[in-house]
Amino acid sequence: MIADTAPAVRERPGRVGESAPRPDGVPKVRGEFAYSSDLYAEGMLWGATVRSTQVHARVRSVDVSAAWATPGVRAVITASDVPGSAHYGLDSDDQPVFAAGVVRHVGEPIAAIAADRPETARLAASRVVVDYEPLAPLLDPEESLTAEPIHPNGNVFRHLPIRKGDPDAVGDVVVEGTYTTGMQDQAFLGPESGLAIPDDDGGGVELFISTQWLHIDRDQVAACLGLPPDKVRLTLSGVGGAFGAREDISLQVHVCLLALVTARPVKMVYSREESFLGHVHRHPARMWYRHHATHDGVLVKVEARLLLDGGAYLSSSHHVLGNAASFAVGPYRVPNVVIDSWNVRTNNPPCGAMRGFGVVQACFGHESQMDKLARALGRDPVELRLMNALGPGDTGVTGQRITGTLPMAEVIARTAALPMPPDLDDEPPMLALPGGAGRTADRARVVRGVGFAANYKNLMYAEGFDDFSTARCRIEHGVVTIDCACAEVGQGFVTIALQIAREVLRIDEVVLAPANTAEVGSAGSTSASRQTWMSGGAVEAACTAARDRVLAEVAGRVGLPVSDLDLRGDRVVSRDGRIDLTMTEAIEGLVVDEVREFHHARTHPFDEHGQGDAHVSFAGAAHRAVVDVDLDLGLVRVVQIATAQDVGRALNPLSVGGQIEGGVAQGLGLALMEEILVDDGRIRNASFTDYLVPTALDAPEVVWSLIEEPEPGAPFGAKGVGEPPVVSSTPAIVSAIRAATGLDLTRVPVRPEDLALGGREHGL
Amino acid sequence: MTGTGSISDIEPRLGYSLRVNGRDHEVDGAWVGDSLLRVLRDRLGLSGSKNACEQGECGSCSVRLDGRLVCSCLVLAATAVGREITTIEGIAPEDGLTDVQDAMVTEGAVQCGFCTPGLVMAIHDLLDRNPAPTALETREAISGNLCRCTGYGRIFAAVDSTVASRRDAAS
Amino acid sequence: MSVAIPETLEEALQVAAADPEVQVLAGGTDLMVEVNFGYRRPASVCALHRIAELHAQRQDDGEVVIGAMTTYHDMERGVIAAALPGLAQAGRTVGSPQIRNAGTVGGNLATASPAGDTLPVLMALDSTVVVASVAGRREVPISDFLVGPKRNALGPGELIVEVRVPHLRGPQEFLKVGARNAMVIAVCSLALVVDLERRRVACALGSVGPTVLRAFEAEERAAQEIDWQTGRLGDPAFAPEFGRLVAAAARPIDDHRSTAGYRRHAIGVLAERALRRSA
Repeated sequence: MIADTAPAVRERPGRVGESAPRPDGVPKVRGEFAYSSDLYAEGMLWGATVRSTQVHARVRSVDVSAAWATPGVRAVITASDVPGSAHYGLDSDDQPVFAAGVVRHVGEPIAAIAADRPETARLAASRVVVDYEPLAPLLDPEESLTAEPIHPNGNVFRHLPIRKGDPDAVGDVVVEGTYTTGMQDQAFLGPESGLAIPDDDGGGVELFISTQWLHIDRDQVAACLGLPPDKVRLTLSGVGGAFGAREDISLQVHVCLLALVTARPVKMVYSREESFLGHVHRHPARMWYRHHATHDGVLVKVEARLLLDGGAYLSSSHHVLGNAASFAVGPYRVPNVVIDSWNVRTNNPPCGAMRGFGVVQACFGHESQMDKLARALGRDPVELRLMNALGPGDTGVTGQRITGTLPMAEVIARTAALPMPPDLDDEPPMLALPGGAGRTADRARVVRGVGFAANYKNLMYAEGFDDFSTARCRIEHGVVTIDCACAEVGQGFVTIALQIAREVLRIDEVVLAPANTAEVGSAGSTSASRQTWMSGGAVEAACTAARDRVLAEVAGRVGLPVSDLDLRGDRVVSRDGRIDLTMTEAIEGLVVDEVREFHHARTHPFDEHGQGDAHVSFAGAAHRAVVDVDLDLGLVRVVQIATAQDVGRALNPLSVGGQIEGGVAQGLGLALMEEILVDDGRIRNASFTDYLVPTALDAPEVVWSLIEEPEPGAPFGAKGVGEPPVVSSTPAIVSAIRAATGLDLTRVPVRPEDLALGGREHGL
Repeated sequence: MTGTGSISDIEPRLGYSLRVNGRDHEVDGAWVGDSLLRVLRDRLGLSGSKNACEQGECGSCSVRLDGRLVCSCLVLAATAVGREITTIEGIAPEDGLTDVQDAMVTEGAVQCGFCTPGLVMAIHDLLDRNPAPTALETREAISGNLCRCTGYGRIFAAVDSTVASRRDAAS
Repeated sequence: MSVAIPETLEEALQVAAADPEVQVLAGGTDLMVEVNFGYRRPASVCALHRIAELHAQRQDDGEVVIGAMTTYHDMERGVIAAALPGLAQAGRTVGSPQIRNAGTVGGNLATASPAGDTLPVLMALDSTVVVASVAGRREVPISDFLVGPKRNALGPGELIVEVRVPHLRGPQEFLKVGARNAMVIAVCSLALVVDLERRRVACALGSVGPTVLRAFEAEERAAQEIDWQTGRLGDPAFAPEFGRLVAAAARPIDDHRSTAGYRRHAIGVLAERALRRSA
């Protein structure tokens, strides 16, 4: 199978706007790219974690003697071994490094072990004996609002009321609905892993880790280790996907502490099951909506109540709720709004960030309502969305005026106009029908449906957080090196950063250094669709500063003012013609080192009515789904997703397409198959056998169109593109299934029994 | 360990030789239950095959065993003695790429890349058996390789472009 | 601890006789998951892949003899695809290409999961499992071989050698419901076999009971309803009745993959569709 006509590795650097290939693409396809799970250090030990088997219990004692007695075990650590802060957290330190007095969810870490071999560590972990005294579990988020607190910080993570306009306004037509969404998992392919190497003097530690935000990990790890931040150095290793699940600490403190205790390098790698237990998930939501409109279809008022189950610890629940509420009515003009939303603590698995960050749940609610309203009004659902579409100058539910671009009407109209797939053949191949490889379909019982949904979402962090990224541009020995601690998790920042640097510097040969905490300041999190803007902006700023320095040096050499120099293409040219050289030639012999921090426009917290300019910028997308449904078996095949997306400007169109297709697949997963099943606080399907993510046979054709209206304030006008594809693809698919079946379908994922038996099985 | 019969019990570890990418590798001190994936990654330093589920559900660890595409996590390493094992490290010329690998990069089929080595193996296996697969045949052939980033669209494009370039080269 | 890789069946039987606790390894697709997850730590393993006779498939006097190490991939071609289309269909629904290259019919039988994809077909065909030990061979009807959920009739020191499957003239169908379009464990599955010579219908059900079930009453009724001159149903309206009869024979449970109610419903739909395709 070795291709004897192997082409040489292609070099095609690429500037802004081109579909440049990934710089890490070649090592990745060759299997040479080092993910955190691939790392190795001489003399390294392997770590394993002991986890709670109880939903809610007092821990009477932890007996580690049998674990210690296992030959090959080098360390066993528990809560009492944590030298610094016993707790950590993104927003508040409410999560124990190791549970001490109480465990609050199944899978909560209780101890960690380092041993010579991974199987020895796992065996020893199984020998730790924890004596539990079971406590009453709190599993129902409704009950959580009034139940005895299960944590000193209380049960309600956040209650966010939003009041806009006249709460007593009433529409001519009113539709009401209750909707629920299941707990989705990010299900990245590369499980949590890291390698910690202690300093020779034992006074610090270096951690190679897959994460979304190096500096916030460092700060939490340092606090728990009782070390100053500069004694904990993090380097990003290869990251096998993230999607929000790597925002929180998982094994970072454990592996560093094991390394410090044993004075040896320690590696930890989660199994898939442990990965399901060891990271946060998408919040399940219960939502009630009442939409009011005029007879003409103009939205008058939306009332809503949203309840998110945050699980045992806070994670980013506070901000997930802020987002769910901010976008609770979708990309529509609604003058009067009454929304109450809560995010609460339970003994269920902790929930936090996942691509779409609260907006996914709300979008299923508001788009289901828009379809319902269209039916009640006898109007076309696309037309109803168009006539209410939000745009620049309008205000969202939080009263914030949209000052940047937001071409929602164009997004909706263009999506609706994209070409439809051909009709289903009379005798299609079995694999092309719902049920696929199972050969279950009866062509006569397959019905096609078309559905539509739209969304808009904020870009970047919100509610007054001073969000920034840092980049450094160094020129030395004719080599340009960019430092930025932005976590590349697969999204393609490494490509974009180089494209921006090349564009600004007019030099093709640019090196992006590995991301770490030692060489450069924080880049913030790879989340919230923010890195193209924030770290892209920082790279642009640092490179612009470096370019200005180069020009000044060049001008200075011949005694010209820098204003006499022009950049023409990749050349520096002086008006008098004395200078005419390429930028690559211009940097010869120069030493430049420029660091820039990029901050976005300030945002503000909500007031007591949930009003305020809490967000920086917005991006929208719409999705039209075409599905084939087996009416009797309730099996669905998504044939096509058409989508137009508001991207500001596509810095790398191929990469944007990849984000769209990938996001659509995750939205399809939530619509049809992805759900962490939690029974009495226990996950029943913590494996890829039973947590189903879409396969190649489930992936629809995706037809996309990019709407490019450059966004003021964004580098090159580019908006983040990662999240909008996932947000409204789910409701569009459900809308299409409703069209095919006539069923209500108020929860996702839609299960075969919901369709075949009309939800009778689950009391829907 | 060669030929028939039992590997002698050298409690608790085994030593044997595996033929990987045309070269014999000595494995020392392996646990009897070690999968081929674990031995490749942890003992032979061949970390291109990825571990994402250890139950044959994701295809990230795909290798060829006597020419057949399998999940190396489901092969007991000690039983792969005497068999030809081909991993992602063994398919491309030094410092070069196979046409499939090149197409994966060019068509944007790589994001986080964790599934990529397994997909490259699966696509080569497909095209060796079927040089001109239909869209459905391609989907079926790689349905055992989960990708969480791309939604598969760019991967299909990479298969199509490989097929097209081979056809052009042949004509 | 030891790993045996015998070259002949005789050697394998000796290993099994000497160590009745030995863990037999066929394709590895079930066993290795348990080993990887630490659910099972075998003290000794006997791998069968080098035993040539276990890989053979042949047509033999009105039956197809399938060596225990025949993979799902092998079922999609050659003598099995030609003579046992239902088994070929079932093989193709198993997991992924990688799994189909590794997993074997012997392993599917030994694991004896109610969701084993080949089992409904083998059951509907009244197959015979040939097992052997150093004491000799015995033939076990598949209905006696599948004792219960994940329980089989293998005695100490016994290995599965082959499955003998009658070669029938007539349509065969295998259908399987899963919550995604590929690589999924059966929510329920069904095999239907029409025997045009002996004028019989057989229908076996997967994942709707503790083990694979036969729907005997439905089978008998269907045999009465088929016009054996044409091989078609005398009255096409019987198909839904067949579905109801098959559903009545199911004994499904609720679990994390589906509900009992849906399984009962879906197995009826599969039965109706399989019969329409076949008669």
